[in-house]
Amino acid sequence: MTPPQRKRRSPREEPSPQPQPAPQEGGAGNDATDGTQGKDGKPSNPERLFVIGEVDGDRAELDLVTLIVARAEPKPSTSPEQAAVLRLCAAPLSVAELSAYLSLPFSVITVLLTEMLTAELVQARAPVVRQALPDRSILEAVMHGLQKL
Amino acid sequence: MDFKSSDTVPGPRTEDHLPHTAQAAVKIVIVGGFGVGKTTMVGSVSEIKPLTTEETMTQAGVGVDDDYGSDSKTATTVAMDFGRISITDQLVLYLFGTPGQERFWFLWNGLFEGALGAVVLVDTRRLEVSFDVMGRLEECGVPFVVAVNTFPDGPRYPIPELRTALDLSEEIPILECDARRRASSKEVLMTLMRFLHSLAMTGQLT
Ligand SMILES: Nc1nc2c(ncn2[C@@H]2O[C@H](COP(=O)(O)OP(=O)(O)O)[C@@H](O)[C@H]2O)c(=O)[nH]1
Ligand SMILES: [Mg+2]
Repeated sequence: MTPPQRKRRSPREEPSPQPQPAPQEGGAGNDATDGTQGKDGKPSNPERLFVIGEVDGDRAELDLVTLIVARAEPKPSTSPEQAAVLRLCAAPLSVAELSAYLSLPFSVITVLLTEMLTAELVQARAPVVRQALPDRSILEAVMHGLQKL
Repeated sequence: MDFKSSDTVPGPRTEDHLPHTAQAAVKIVIVGGFGVGKTTMVGSVSEIKPLTTEETMTQAGVGVDDDYGSDSKTATTVAMDFGRISITDQLVLYLFGTPGQERFWFLWNGLFEGALGAVVLVDTRRLEVSFDVMGRLEECGVPFVVAVNTFPDGPRYPIPELRTALDLSEEIPILECDARRRASSKEVLMTLMRFLHSLAMTGQLT
């Protein structure tokens, strides 16, 4: 029996995307703060909060594996969503894990986290991404770690 | 959205907490068509119970990369399984089992570009379901190895024949595996890491 035949593709001509910069703590401001909280710190309309694209262009560059760490304790004024993130991020947790535990799509969690970064409620630790000048020590560390499995 | 109160949100078990010293994460993607064993492989090596992150394909997102025409008006939820392996107190590795359909990949910003590398899982009964994703990795310049899942009823091709069929150059590792076994999945990941290391040594890693 002959297997089906594939044809390899070549790298795209366009420059490959640069590694994402570390999200700045309290990074780019965004003006989507309206509607985040109603009176009593309750979200006036949670649905509205999560409209995708509302803060487009102002979203921090968050990767699935950016690690998020809480910088503050939940205050009475903290929204339930933000309080949940703060509690989950008492220890470092990836954006992907936050998305999973909170059952929020990735695009939604990034909007929420961008607001929290701006408000300096959380800190973001950028991932190590593949780059032109590879860091062999990272690769060696990963091999060593896998060996222990 | 049924998000109501922060008190009801489950979180990681205490023993699953990362240490505060965790500084950065790296990721590896496990790709291949439906049913090739991606979820199985993630689960067999992950130190946490595999989790799922979802993304909804919105009207705006559809069409960007979609040359399938039809059905693109329906909102679709795409799920991706992932697992985690702590490497050191500072470094964490995440493994993502990425859906095989090309039109889903742009949903997760930087998913492929930022990955250290990829494992392409193939099933010899349906080799062609992994063709698209291999092409995409080549276009993005993401290094990958090919792991052939040995399903009992699948045809067994000699590796050189597979290499020819998959049109892969000599240096790209191809190995057989059983994604259900941790030792086997670990060997696949080690093979990828050794390959990445050799590319780094020769300055070919882009
Ligand atoms: N014999 C065999 N079966 C496997 C292997 N890997 C996965 N399976 C089975 O194949 C089915 C599909 O696997 P799954 O991981 O869900 O595929 P996915 O769609 O790529 O995530 C499951 O029933 C697995 O138990 C393997 O290496 N060998
Ligand atoms: Mg799966």
